[in-house]
Amino acid sequence: MSGTGPRENIFPTRMALTNTKLRLKGAQTGHSLLAKKRDALTTRFRAILRRVDEAKRKMGRVMQLASFSLAEVTYATGDISYLVQEQAKSATFRVKAKQENVSGVVLPAFEVDRVPGSDFNLTGLGRGGQQVLKAKEVYAKAVETLVELASLQTAFMILDEVIRATNRRVNAIEHVVIPRLDNTIKYIISELDEMDREEFFRLKKVQGKKKRDAEASEAQRRLLEESEAPEDYQPELGGGGGDLLSSKDEDVIF
Amino acid sequence: MEALFFNVNTGFLEGIVRGYKAGLLTQNQYNNLTQCESIEDLRTQLSATDYGNFLANEPLPISTSTIAEKATQLLVDQFNYLRSNAVEPLSKFFDYITYAYMIDNVILLITGTLHERNTQELLERCHPLGVFETLPALCVATNVEELYRTALIETPLAPYFRDCLSASDLDDLNIEIIRNTLYKAYLEDFYAFCSSLGGPTADVMTRLLAFEADRRSINIAINSFGTELSKERRAKLFPTIGRLFPAGNNALARADDIEQVRQACDGVAEYRAFFDSGSGPGGARGQNGGASESTAHLLGDLDTGGAAELEDRFFAYEVHLNKLAFLQQFQYGVFYAYMKLKEQEIRSMTWIAECIAQDARDRIQDYIPTF
Repeated sequence: MSGTGPRENIFPTRMALTNTKLRLKGAQTGHSLLAKKRDALTTRFRAILRRVDEAKRKMGRVMQLASFSLAEVTYATGDISYLVQEQAKSATFRVKAKQENVSGVVLPAFEVDRVPGSDFNLTGLGRGGQQVLKAKEVYAKAVETLVELASLQTAFMILDEVIRATNRRVNAIEHVVIPRLDNTIKYIISELDEMDREEFFRLKKVQGKKKRDAEASEAQRRLLEESEAPEDYQPELGGGGGDLLSSKDEDVIF
Repeated sequence: MEALFFNVNTGFLEGIVRGYKAGLLTQNQYNNLTQCESIEDLRTQLSATDYGNFLANEPLPISTSTIAEKATQLLVDQFNYLRSNAVEPLSKFFDYITYAYMIDNVILLITGTLHERNTQELLERCHPLGVFETLPALCVATNVEELYRTALIETPLAPYFRDCLSASDLDDLNIEIIRNTLYKAYLEDFYAFCSSLGGPTADVMTRLLAFEADRRSINIAINSFGTELSKERRAKLFPTIGRLFPAGNNALARADDIEQVRQACDGVAEYRAFFDSGSGPGGARGQNGGASESTAHLLGDLDTGGAAELEDRFFAYEVHLNKLAFLQQFQYGVFYAYMKLKEQEIRSMTWIAECIAQDARDRIQDYIPTF
């Protein structure tokens, strides 16, 4: 049997068999490693999924509070959006990106960096300054939640991608590479066996032929001995000093 | 004497304004508004009141700012009608009311100009009551002196600006200080004008303006904690009128925390009540405190709930004082009080609309009813 599935196009030799066996071993090690990686990533993925869920719920609440605090500001001072827009000069709320390594996958993580700024802290000096400050704080918290959510969400996307790629690889190794190598090995082994058997058969045939020939020549010689006078042969057997090369002997095949 | 001749010049307008006052939303109508499920319902409820169909032509998703804008437009129309029918000295009194809005507009334009904004866009944002002829010309100014010479010297605000000419350059800190200096000068001038009118007008108006001045002083003191505003400059922003002046103002100028502000206000019985953390003027206040407490709890370390409540109490007391103004006849205070009450009503209405829009039912009772 030379294997039913697909196999590599390879010349069936012992050398190739050794090589293929080595490759199969490598593929099996790789498969177990990748499977481990997949499991680790999936665990991480589940954790992030849970946190994304929490963060989204929190975001809903916090954003509601934030827009409500803006409503409070509007109630107390009227429309201050223009003043605030104009007086904001430098960002007091910055986002820093750093990297985190989860089993070989680089995940970006965003961090909040708040610079205590004095922009528009005199807004609403005569009325509603407290509400403005409160709205500022509440919105800062809301943005913090958003930043947290953003880093979780990015990690979620990247992990999803990576897990899918890893899954694909694991499955490919498991269902394509390993069977193919298996098939190749089976094929090589079967071919080698076949060759062995053929060789054996050939040797047997050769032996049989030799035996038959030997019997035939024996029979002929005996026949000759019986039919012809032994005196003819006597000098040949007795002397034996003649030149062998000079006379052609029809009994000798080679 | 006033009673004898008052109606010759002002009787008609006083009748009008008292009619307008009767159109303010009642507690019952407020209750109906708070029951609304959506902004749509709110509009239907409002069309049954004096507001009529003021939102009829709006495209359907009505924003709360549209409601506020339209309601303000109604108020402006009423005001313009009153002013065009007024004669001296009532017309002067109306002019004084507009000065407050003019100050806001001037500051808005200066801020916008500093950041090189489109003038047209700025003018659209100005309060319609505070628009005056030379307002667009403010955009050319780059420092206070130039501003004064080119544009403001023609306006009634010119005398108020004399105090801030010392601030040489216009930056954001100075602008806020200029605004408060102007407002201080305006309050003092208005106070002097009302006192000069004498009679019941002076009685009513000095009480209202004194409260307004005190409220500003207290607010400035509280809001300037932890900012780069020095105590000397803070003291200069306090109006030199009001019931806290002079001893209370001095104490406020030196105050470092809310406790010292409370002590400074101890001399006036009404103001002392604002700082009592317990029962407020209305039953809704306690609820408000609870709600903001839970909010603060959710957000961690925010302890501004108390100060926000103080603001509410100021509003409530202002409404109370303005209502008292209607108890006296033959005086101009009613016009001022009506303007303030109407503004408060617009604020309350916007608040209710905001609560409905944001589905914050637990805070919907925090408006301040007028009548």
